[in-house]
Amino acid sequence: METFTPLTSLLGGLLIGAASIFYWVANGRIAGISGIFGRLFERQDPMSPQPPQRTIEGIAFVAGLISFGCLCSLFGPQLFINQLSLSPIRLVFAGLLVGIGTTMGSGCTSGHGICGLSRFSKRSFFAVCSFMLSATLTVWLFGGASL
Amino acid sequence: MNTTQIKPWMSAFISGALFSVGLAMSGMTQPAKVIGFFGFTHGLESWDPSLAFVMGGGMLIYILGLQLSKGLEQPYCGTDFSQPSQKSIDKKLICGSLVFGMGWGLAGYCPGPVLASVGAMSRDALIVLAGMIIGIIVTKKFSPKKS
Repeated sequence: METFTPLTSLLGGLLIGAASIFYWVANGRIAGISGIFGRLFERQDPMSPQPPQRTIEGIAFVAGLISFGCLCSLFGPQLFINQLSLSPIRLVFAGLLVGIGTTMGSGCTSGHGICGLSRFSKRSFFAVCSFMLSATLTVWLFGGASL
Repeated sequence: MNTTQIKPWMSAFISGALFSVGLAMSGMTQPAKVIGFFGFTHGLESWDPSLAFVMGGGMLIYILGLQLSKGLEQPYCGTDFSQPSQKSIDKKLICGSLVFGMGWGLAGYCPGPVLASVGAMSRDALIVLAGMIIGIIVTKKFSPKKS
């Protein structure tokens, strides 16, 4: 496997940045995936007369994300291959932690990382330091050669 | 009212689609690369710093775009800008982010790549997504509703 990919990673990063700033300029919203996705699981307030505009845009964003993931995999299936052979239990547990953590911490790599840090948000800075630290510790303890 | 022909859900879809292509290109949808980035504790010779380029590229565009769009009174396809409201650095932010990092380090999937990879029909991503949804629902149920 090719390990260090500075060029494609930089290009991909530029695209992610472009997508995020486009969502701000066009929709006036922060492109935080966990926030956008998580909001889809909130019960609609029955007393609110307002149409759930935010939810509609969230569904559209997620639809774009998923459908283009499908499209990309047709051209480059290798881009989505998981070379780690992790047990389903580990995967579901990891997902559980990601779901709990991003909901509690109101953000993930996109919202706190790309958008928050670029806005020089203090909250996002502390969030990013926290999840980078715990991800590093987790990989140190449970990752690497043992995978 | 905005005068553009593009509806907010359309621009949201475009953002999500572009985001997805960026993720696929950057290597974020390959958990081995994510673990390879955090795995510098297992030896610097096998370290894969690609993810830093993703983050750098994303922030570069977002910071530039934010500067360029400063004078904008309203988003092109929406009515107003939703500025992040929370400012305080509290226990919930830090603990949540620490928990998210654990999940991210355990499987190499953060929320964006999970959704893009589900579109690409990755079995592993689907399992992570299941855990993530449970985590989101449970956390929302037990945390006080924000405005």
